[in-house]
Order: sequence, then C-alpha cells, then structure tokens
Amino acid sequence: MIAEIALAILWLAAALAVLQLGLGSYALTARGAEFLRAVRPIAVVQGLLVATAFALLIVLFLRTDLSVKLVAANSHSLKPLIYKIAGAWGNHEGSMLLWVTVMGLAGGFVALLERRLNERTMVATLAGQAFVSLGFYAFMLFSSNPFERLNPAPVEGNGLNPLLQDPGLAFHPPTLYIGYVGLSIAFSFAVGALITRDVGPAFARAMRPWVMGAWIFLTLGITAGSWWAYYELGWGGWWFWDPVENASLMPWLAATALLHSVSVLATRGALKAWTVMLAVVAFSMSMVGTFLVRSGILTSVHAFAVDPERGSFILTLLAIYIGGALALFGLRASTVTEGARFHLFSREGSLVMNNVLLVGILGIVLMGTLYPLVTEAFGTKVSVGPPYFNPVSAIFVFPMLVIMAAGPLMRWRQDNGRKLANLLAVPALVAAATLALAVVFAGDIGVLPLLGLVFAAGLAVASLLPLWKRNLRRTPAHIWGMVIAHFGIAVALAGMASESAFNTERLVASEIGQSHTVGPWTIELQGVRPIAGANWTALEARLVARYGDSNVQTVLNPQARMFASPPTATSEAALLTRWNGQLYAVLGEEGDDGRWQLRLWWKPFVPLIWYGGLLIGLGGVLSLVGRTARDLRRKGEPELEPTSEPAAPRPASGGQEALA
Amino acid sequence: MKHWAIWLPLALFGLLFAVFASGLIAPGDRTIASQMIGKPLPDFDLPQAVPDRPALARADFTGGKPKLLNVFASWCVPCIAEAPVLAQLARAGVEIDGVAIRDRTPDVQQFLARHGNPYTRIGRDDVSKIQFDLGSSGVPETFVINGKGIITYQHIGEIRADQVPMILQKLKEAQ
Repeated sequence: MIAEIALAILWLAAALAVLQLGLGSYALTARGAEFLRAVRPIAVVQGLLVATAFALLIVLFLRTDLSVKLVAANSHSLKPLIYKIAGAWGNHEGSMLLWVTVMGLAGGFVALLERRLNERTMVATLAGQAFVSLGFYAFMLFSSNPFERLNPAPVEGNGLNPLLQDPGLAFHPPTLYIGYVGLSIAFSFAVGALITRDVGPAFARAMRPWVMGAWIFLTLGITAGSWWAYYELGWGGWWFWDPVENASLMPWLAATALLHSVSVLATRGALKAWTVMLAVVAFSMSMVGTFLVRSGILTSVHAFAVDPERGSFILTLLAIYIGGALALFGLRASTVTEGARFHLFSREGSLVMNNVLLVGILGIVLMGTLYPLVTEAFGTKVSVGPPYFNPVSAIFVFPMLVIMAAGPLMRWRQDNGRKLANLLAVPALVAAATLALAVVFAGDIGVLPLLGLVFAAGLAVASLLPLWKRNLRRTPAHIWGMVIAHFGIAVALAGMASESAFNTERLVASEIGQSHTVGPWTIELQGVRPIAGANWTALEARLVARYGDSNVQTVLNPQARMFASPPTATSEAALLTRWNGQLYAVLGEEGDDGRWQLRLWWKPFVPLIWYGGLLIGLGGVLSLVGRTARDLRRKGEPELEPTSEPAAPRPASGGQEALA
Repeated sequence: MKHWAIWLPLALFGLLFAVFASGLIAPGDRTIASQMIGKPLPDFDLPQAVPDRPALARADFTGGKPKLLNVFASWCVPCIAEAPVLAQLARAGVEIDGVAIRDRTPDVQQFLARHGNPYTRIGRDDVSKIQFDLGSSGVPETFVINGKGIITYQHIGEIRADQVPMILQKLKEAQ
C-alpha cells in the first residue's frame, strides 16, 4: 500500500504545481490580482506533499519492500541501515524524486519565510519554480516512476554499488543535490524579477540567503566528494578533473560569482543585469551537470547512472528552461535600469573583476569538459586532462587570489591606492618570505605548487586584514564569515600545493615482517588475515607505522574488500592523520611468490584541502546567519543597505561594513 | 549594454545545446576503425621515456612476433583503470610496448610505480606526432602489430578485463 499512497501523493503534488503555475500566471494579469494571496499556500502544500512522498520512499527502502522495483534493483535485506536509507537516492528514479523534493521544499520555504519582496515578484518567482518543477514531475511520473511494482517480487535485492557504500558517500549526493537544486530558487527569483521588471536591491536581498544556502551545500558537497574520491578509490588523488567532478565545480563557480554580485546589488544597487544573468547561468550549470552525468555522453570514471534516453529528456528541459530564461533576459534586459555608477578602483570594481575571473574559470572548465564531445562530432576522440586544466585555470586563479586579498580592504565607490598599498605590504612580505624559504629549502617542486604555496601564505594573512583595528566582538557575523571563507581558500590552496610539491610514495612487494620507509615513516607489514563485515569479506593487512625515531607504534589496517551483492572488489585505504600530513596505505594483490603489493604515500599537509573546504562552508554559514538575523531586526527598509561609510575621506581606523 | 550583446548568452547557449544534441544523436562512435588497419606502421624513432626501459622505434615491431603498442599518459584517468588489465596481458606473455603522450619522465615513473609497469619498451612522444601518424586520437589506445610491422587491430579506449580474451585472439590472428 505504501507505494501506491506515495504515488498518489506525488500526482497530487504535481497537480498542485500545475495550479501554482496557472494561478500564479493568472494572478499577474490585470484581472487576476485577487488570486495573488492564494499562491503562497499552494507552494507550501506542494512542498509538504512531495517531501512526504520522498519520506515514504525511504520507508520502503528501510523495510526492503522487494515488490517495489526500485528497491529490488538497488537494495538488499542484509545492507546496513544507513545504506538502506542512502539507497533511496543512490539511483536515477530516487534522485529525481529528491530533485523535485528539494525544489518543492525550497519553493515552500520561500513562500513561507520571504516577506520583503514585492508580492507580484514573489508570485512570479513561485510560478517560475513550479514551472521548472513540472518538467521533472513529468519526467518522473511518465518515464521513471520510483514507486513501480515488480511482480513477482524477487527473493532478494540486487544491492547497492559497493563503491557507494561508504558513510561519506551516503550523504555526499544529497548535500550536492540540495546545492544544485537550491540554485533553482535563484533562477526563479531572476525570472520572477524579469517578468515584473523588479530587478533591484530588494530583489537581491530576498535572493541572497537562498543563494548563500545553496552555495554552502555545494561547497560541503564538493569537499565531501573530493574526500570520498581520495580515500575510497584508493588512487591517492583528490581531484581528477573528471567530467562528473567538473559538473559539480561549475555550478559552484557560478554560484560563487553570483554570491558576490548579489551583494553588490543589495548594497549598492549596481550590477543588475549581470546578477540576473549569473542566477540563470548558475542553475544552467546545475542542469548541464545533471545532463552530463545522466546522459553518459562523456566517458567518466564515476558513470553510475547512465542512459541516453534520460539524456534527451534532461536536454529538452534544459532547452525549455534555460533557453526560455535567456530569451526573456534578451527581451527584458534593456528595460533593467542602469545601477549606481562606480569607479573601477573600488570595492565594486574588485568584485566585478572577481566575477569576470570566476566566469573565466567556469568557461575554461566547461570548454575542457566539452572539448572531447566537440571533437568527437568531427570524428576525433581526445582525452583532456590535468595538463590542460591546471595551467590554464591557473592563469585566472592567481590574479583572482590577488583581487581576493585586496578587494575586501577597498572602499565602495572609489578608493585611492595609498592606504591599500600600506595594508597589503604585510601579506606581500609574507608571500615573499615564503617564496624565499621554498626556493632555498624545498628545491625544485614545480612552478604551480610553488606559486600555490606563496599565494596561500599571502592570502592567509591578507584575508585576516579586514579584522585589523576592528572591535572583534562588535564585528558583524557576515564580516567574520567573509574572513573565514577567504582564509579557508588560503588553507585549501596550501593543502593542494603541498600535496603536489611534497608527496612521497612507494610501491613495494613486501614479505611478511619486512619494513619499508616512506617519507619520515617506517612501516612494517606484520600479517594479512581474512575478516568479515556486515555484507562483505576482506583481506586485511596489519601494518605497524613508526614516525622518525619515535618508538610510538600505530597500527594501520588497509583492506581489499569483496562485496557479495553485487560481486565487486573495492580497496579500503588506511589513513593515519598527523598534524603535518597523512600516511595513506593501500593493500594490493598477492604475488605468485607470496609477497604482498603495498602502496604507501606520505602526503604532507594534505588534510588542509578538506579543512579549507569546511572553513569556506563555515564562513558561508556565519554570513548567512548574520545577514538573516540582521534582516529580521531591520524592519523599516531603506532602499539600499547602509555601508556605514561616510562619503568624505575618513581616518584609517574606520570600520568596513562589507560583504561576504 | 549594446543591443546585440543582450542576445549573446542565448546564442552561446544555442551553441552548447547543439554540442549536447549532436553528442546524443550520434552517441560516441566508439568503434571508429583506424584508416591505418592493414597498413604498415609509420616510421618513428622515439626517445626513452624512463631510464629503466629502452627507447622505442619502428624497427622494434618487425621482429616476427606480434606485439601490442599501447598509447598512454600518466595524466589520463582511464589509463589507471587499464593498468591492471595490461599487467594481466603481460603476465599472459604478451609483449607490450608503450608510447607516453605529452608526458614528463618523473610523471611517467610515478605512474608506473603506482600502477605497475607492463611495458617492455617505452618511447616518449612530446608533441603527439606518433599519435597522429597512427590515426589515434585519444588516450589510451592500443594497437596490435604483427611481426612484420603491419597494424592489424586498433582498440580505442581502455581495454577492460572482459576484453582480454578478445585481445589475445587478435594477437593470435596476427601471427
């Protein structure tokens, strides 16, 4: 019964989305104004219904109801609880349901919470959201119904891809998804504001928390995904420039640019058309990413759910929504009034530069990802790898880091260079000292890692400067957020540079009892024994590691795992984290002579990559909380946010009311 | 804003759409046959890629025994997936010669240390010249060369574990 009820609820939710779109559109006409108030409640109920359907799908997976086709294909009664839950979205149909759930909930929350926006724009936004949702409802209900029954029911299910059976991965897709799909709200806001010709600071303020929320989830999702690839694939790398990874990076780059331009619009009333454009681009990138992952038109190591037919469907939706929004943009952009003017050497100017560079990186990643597709159309096949992505994106990344260091220290409207030069002298000195140290002590580590270390050191100092001479307790939370997020970029960059500069690795064929050294570590293989887990068996090595001359012994247990359903082998790396790096051990095959293959890496400071990612996310959370609290306090709204900056020149100790 | 510039995003999106649609309509022709099949290997003489393996030249393929010529690169992700399969072929007695495309010696060494070294000889092709001459366009790619230096089979993309018997069959046919 549960499956049938859930399906009925899903149809009901889709019907409400139709109503939300129809009534919303009618309400915007001259005669329909009386219906304006009806749209918000519909959006809330639609969100609740679709969330209920999703919850029921999880219930079906928890019960391992094998008469439901999706459960039989993706679950197994012996699976641990957490993977039964994760099984609900670890497949095409379930993830589409998650997609509409996130869209419905986002629309519902906006309808419930957002009270500052002009009501007509609000209704246009909700109608837009329903319009986008409907495409996915149709896709699901007509061609990939998650609640389809299977008759007769099988005795046992197929299980979930063992690579995906990992606590990190159980929550990586939904996190990323909330980010991807959360950007749909930014898209709908942009479309709504274009329809009612209401692009202005109030619109930017309404949109900002939702963009920030989606961006936080994207940041955390990408960080978690990179961590998963790092220790689950057993290749010792943390980013492969794989199409699927790029698919998650592109919306993040667009959302990061949007986040900054939306603040300019909210604070200064400038960059109107550009902000609307970015909102459309950000969600386009989410859809392009979904399309690339699902259609399988690019070869990827992560292709789990590939089907060309689904590809055509998503491509059609992409054409309707993105093509439609861009056409609307073309028709309306000329009616968007010009925003406040500013000098290029100013806070706004630096944010525009940052935006241009971020979009540049986005373009480079997009081109690199799609290039194989383009050449294939002409009959040639190529593989684009790090030799393209690393140096070419670096051309944009390093200038962006400089602007990131300087921008937050600049004043709105116009600044003069002298004060800025004084402030930036400190980070510049730190960067120069790092360069000198690295050249003297590290030897030849390659240009990009060297630049990475130097810029990371400079940026780490520069990112803290906005707090200089401020009363730390009275500094607003969103300033802290910006400082922490920018500092997080420096931390992550230091980790990346250090990983490529100082990595040491050994591949050995080891007898039991033999010792090996990698970096400062000595590692002894003491034995290999079989063990069994909940739904797998494994060969587990016992490695004893000692650091330098220390006598402290630490045991590492890398495994070569065999999953029974479906039959798959995975390698579980053993990681040992110290403050100054990570020891990474992988157990390989047994040779004919009874020796075991071991792969050992010492990766100095590599965890900084993910700590940096977490800091960036934390910065986003602080900024979101700070802004929201502030917005709630300030009822009587000025048209522009105060910048607390007197128009006349003022003493250097003045506070900067800034954006994050 | 200039009037035409407003429509630029839509035009770019149209371009993107065309690329995607062509990718879907003509789904990856993954079985393109090289123009080179049945023809002799083009002439080449590549420098050594790593110190512990000899360099590679056309003359190495005319010794009478069929061999595999594998085009790879340390920066290529599918090549990592292919490495254990090549190792399996090497254990089965197949002689595999490699060409490292646009690569650096330390990177190749690291790649081989990490993923195993099934190659008898490895040449270095810094400008993808051999790749073009061979009619190969991507990495990885593998050619079966008979003992007289004639290309008898081209395998595009990585060799997967279930394709090993097929490759062995192709080698036998080349004899």
